[in-house]
Order: sequence, then C-alpha cells, then structure tokens
Amino acid sequence: MSGKSLFQKIWDDHIVVPETADTPAVLYIDLHLTHEVTSPQAFSVLRSKGLKLRRPDLTLATLDHSTPTVPIASLKDLDIVAEPAAAAQIRMMIENCREFGIELFGFDSDARGIVHVIGPELGITQPGKTIVCGDSHTSTHGAFGTLAFGIGTTEVGHVMAAQCLLQRRPKTLAINVDGKIGLGVTAKDIILAIIGRIGVGGGTGHVIEYRGSAIRRLGMEQRMTVCNMSIEGGARSGMIAPDDTTIEYLRNRPMAPKGSAWDTAVARWRRLPSDPDATFDREVTLDANLLTPMVTFGTNPGMVVPIGDPVPTATDASFRKALEYMRVVENKPMLGMPVDVVFIGSCTNSRLSDLREAASVMRGRKVAKSVRMLVVPGSEQVKRAAEAEGLHEVFTAAGAEWREAGCSMCIGMNGDLTASGQLCVSTSNRNFEGRQGIGARTVLASPLTAAASAVAGRIADPRPLIAH
Amino acid sequence: MDKVNLVQSRTLVLPQSDIDTDQIIPARFLTTTTRKGLGNALFADWRYDSAGKPKPEFLLNRPEANGCGILVAGNNFGCGSSREHAPWALLDFGIQAVISTEIADIFRGNSLKNGLIPVIVDKATHGWLIENPGADVTVDVAACELRLPEGRTVAFPIDGFSRYCLLNGVDQLGYLLNHSDAITRFEGTRSWQP
Repeated sequence: MSGKSLFQKIWDDHIVVPETADTPAVLYIDLHLTHEVTSPQAFSVLRSKGLKLRRPDLTLATLDHSTPTVPIASLKDLDIVAEPAAAAQIRMMIENCREFGIELFGFDSDARGIVHVIGPELGITQPGKTIVCGDSHTSTHGAFGTLAFGIGTTEVGHVMAAQCLLQRRPKTLAINVDGKIGLGVTAKDIILAIIGRIGVGGGTGHVIEYRGSAIRRLGMEQRMTVCNMSIEGGARSGMIAPDDTTIEYLRNRPMAPKGSAWDTAVARWRRLPSDPDATFDREVTLDANLLTPMVTFGTNPGMVVPIGDPVPTATDASFRKALEYMRVVENKPMLGMPVDVVFIGSCTNSRLSDLREAASVMRGRKVAKSVRMLVVPGSEQVKRAAEAEGLHEVFTAAGAEWREAGCSMCIGMNGDLTASGQLCVSTSNRNFEGRQGIGARTVLASPLTAAASAVAGRIADPRPLIAH
Repeated sequence: MDKVNLVQSRTLVLPQSDIDTDQIIPARFLTTTTRKGLGNALFADWRYDSAGKPKPEFLLNRPEANGCGILVAGNNFGCGSSREHAPWALLDFGIQAVISTEIADIFRGNSLKNGLIPVIVDKATHGWLIENPGADVTVDVAACELRLPEGRTVAFPIDGFSRYCLLNGVDQLGYLLNHSDAITRFEGTRSWQP
C-alpha cells in the first residue's frame, strides 16, 4: 500500500461517517469563516427551523465584500457611503452575528479585513484543519496545509447547524514547480502560468497539492497567492505542505496555540506532509526557471500569456468573443496596451509583501496622468503595517488612492468600479466579463506588473524598473 | 426542496464555453438577503442594454425562450464564484436542468441542493445539442437518462445520494442532522481539538 498524501491525511482525520457507494461522507469542519454576502439566507434557514449554531467557537465573521473602502467611523457613515442594499446587508450581518453568538471582526475591530487575509493573520488558519467559507477563494488557506474550500449558501447553513458537510472524496492533482523564478517574477506569475497550462476547468473534481523547490522557496504570503487561485483552475482546493516557513509564520499569532499546546501542535503539523511514496490521480510539472511575468488577455484566467508574447490566434467563437470584448488583437503582445485603471488589492495580492513589491516600483515615480490607481490593503492590520513603513506615502505621493481594507474592485460590490470600456490592470483573481464593472476590461497581473503599468500608463514589464 | 424527476422541454442553447457565475448573475445583485426573485437578474449583462432595456437579439429575450426549462451551455459551465445565487437565478427564471460537457464543482453542488439538475454529456451528444437549439428533450433523473428526439437516449452520471434527494425532495440538512450523535462522538473522541 502506498503512503498517504497531505490531502488524504486531513480527509481521514475528519471523517465522522465514512462515504459509501450510496452516501457521501460526513466531514467535520474545524473552522467556518463567514461574511455578509453569502450568509443571510443561511441564517434565515436556521431561524425558520429553530436551529442554533452548533459551534460558534469555530466560526468567525467579518465584513469585506459589499463593504465600502472609505473610512467608516460609525454605522451612520455606512448609510451615507454605501448603496442602501449593501448597507442593509452589512447591518443584517452585524445583527445575525449578535443573535447567533458569532465573533464578528466588524468596523469596530482593528482586525477587520478580507476573510482570507485575516484568518492567517490571526493565526486561526492552522495546518491540518478543514476550513470552509461561502467564498470560492477559501482555497487560499490551503497554503498552510489545510483542506480549505468554498461552499454555497445552503452548505453555509449545514456547517452552521451541524459543523459538518456531506462530501465525496475528490481526486488529487500534484502540481510540481521546480527551479528558481527570476527577478521580477512572482507567485502570481507562477499560478497564472499553472492555470494557463491546465485551463480553467483543468482542476475540476480535484484537490491540488503544489509541490517542488520553487514552491518550497516561497514565503507564506506568496503561497497564499498560489493557493488562492486554485479555483480559477477549477479545483475547489489547493494546498501546500506545512514546513518551517509555515510554523515560523504562525508562531506568536494571536489565535495560534501557546506554550505546550504549541509544541504539541507543531509535532502534529510535522506529520502532515505527503509521504514520499504517496500517489496522486494526476501530476503536472512546470519549470520555474522558464517563467516570466504573466498577463491575461481574455475573459477567464486561463487566457494568459508571458508578458512579451503575442496573444494566441483565435481558435473558436468563444475565444474570438473574448478578444473582441477585451479589444485585444491576436498575434500581438499585450505589452504597451493603454491602461485606464490599476487596482492593487484582493485576497490574491493585498498583503504586506504585495504592497511592498508595488511600492518598490512606485517609489520616486508617478502614476501616469491617464491612470487611476487604487491601492486597497487586505486588512486593517496590513494597512497599519504598511503605514508604519511609510508605504502609503509612496503610493499617495505617486498619485494613487490609499483605501480601507476590503474586497473592493475585485468584485465591485461596494462602489469601487472600473467604467465600461476602461482597461484595468488588476492584481485580483478574475478577469471575467463585467467582473470589475459592466463593460470593464480586466488584465490580471502581479503587483509588480500592475505598478509598472501604472507608471507607464501602458501594460509594462516590471523587470527593467527593478534594481538588480 | 420540491421533488424533481422529469423535465421535458425545448432547449435553450448558449454555446459559449466557460460561462462563469459572474455572467449567470453579476455581483451587484448579490446584496440581496433573500433567495427569491433573482430570475430578472439572470445573465443581466448579456440580456439588458446600458439603459436596462432587454436586448431583443439575446437568447433569453427571444419569443422561443418562453417556457423553456433546459439550458444547453458550452463546455465548463458555472466556473468561478461560489454564489448560490446562480442556481437560484436559473431556477427563478424557469430553468430546471443545465446540460454541458463539464460543470464546475461548486456550481454543480449548489444546483443539486436546489433541485436544478446538472447533466453532463459526451462531446458528440453535446455537439448535436448545440447544433439543434430548440430540440425537444427529456431529462429523466430516475433513469439517469437524457432522451433526445427520435428515441435516442444518453445516460448521464449522477451520484446515488443526489439522485435520491432530487427524486424525494430530501432536505440534506435534515439528513445531516440525523447524524448528530455521531458528530458529538467525533467531537468528544478526536485526538486534537481545533
């Protein structure tokens, strides 16, 4: 019998009732993260059935999706700056959390932020856990060696009531990235290259384990960027084995174990990595040495090219429709296309290291006159840390807007939008039609590429701007 | 959930591949706190012009779309966001089954929990359906079978549990809560506590 993979170890450790040919497994959930957009209807179900939250102590809530990124001193401000429906949704979340006894990191908390930024930051995202959230980018937490995946609102209700989900065991996909990425190439470029390789449906039905020397070399924030976009390759979950980097990141975090509990936890985490003889249903290999900065050219994250390469020739009607929507010409590179908006933020790229990278390009330079640049830290903690280093001054001196934490222009639910026809170079995760506003054209890229493009006013390769 | 078994209808065909849930229902409609009335927002950015008027050429606005309950979509339908508003919007519009070669995991799970039938077919069958919009077809959950005109039938995969839940209108939360004792035992006996 072959050894167990990281996924298999976590899966086996959470089986309450095993699956059979006729019935799915009952899988225990260690942490349920929730936010204002995908939870209201779940709370309604609980209320109508007279059910309580089974484990409020394993549930954590925040406000991020429809939340304004201008300063909110009190709920009165909310009614001024937010759309009535968004304000009502936020108020309902506050009320629901109060009624059901859930800890909410709201406007009065200095730890509020994007749900996938604050979990790790607080140290509640820990190796070996099962983590779910009504948000497809829950895969982010897999960077810590967790089994983390997005769920719909019905399942949000299931976890609230039973702390379990009915699940079929997914297949496994190992993605090996060996070698060393070059200067100016980032975790974002790695994951975009992976999605380009496997396609937007390539990971459907699978959980991904990212492996190899290039992955091992990444810091935790970079690993989160990689795992975050697993869903853009169709995989609900992506994970990376915990190691010294993981453990050092978690040490002394507010919600991480302390004292002897820490030592016990670390010993358990050390046993999680896939056994050397573990097998996977599929394997894909990429050479990190060959990677360059990547940019998307179409309307899904699989439509991506190295920044200097020409856009591929259209092969079918869907592909042609995407190029028409993007006003992109086949066989020409994206490099040099005029840019209207640059967005640095989202659960993919809004952490301190992302802001440092963007600032390293912006320092002493100006945002091109034709460009609006928005920098939105992933959490209030990231915001404070960035301000302590003076990063906000680098951005504002360059002419960018510096905002409060939230999902912002990644999903465009809070009023932060790109206008119709405008081109936005964005560090977020989705370039779907209309994602950042009706008619908005999104180009996904790393914080380095986004910052270089803001300065140039055109899609630009960051490498010439980076000091060797 | 209501019981679901047979859906017999002409097909609506959206041949585009990789239709994501942002297209099915754009994010600006997600500030709702109920699951009702989302049919009007279905494919909103493809369906209405900037003034909010229906675009007459878009499939859902054409007279032949009236009464259609089966959507045939290009490869890999429902990718992207986990928003359950996508199946809610489809069902509210009157779509009861979606046919493609591949259906994204989260969307598929959300659909099954709401009585929207995800039907995955082979490339040849899919190609035929794309080429023949408005075909009269039947989705039969009990038989796990898609029936095409002229008596052709194609089996489609659906796991036994989901099939049982659809046919009997089973609320999966009730099923899950029947395991409460096992869940309590698990919580009490596991080797570590989260």
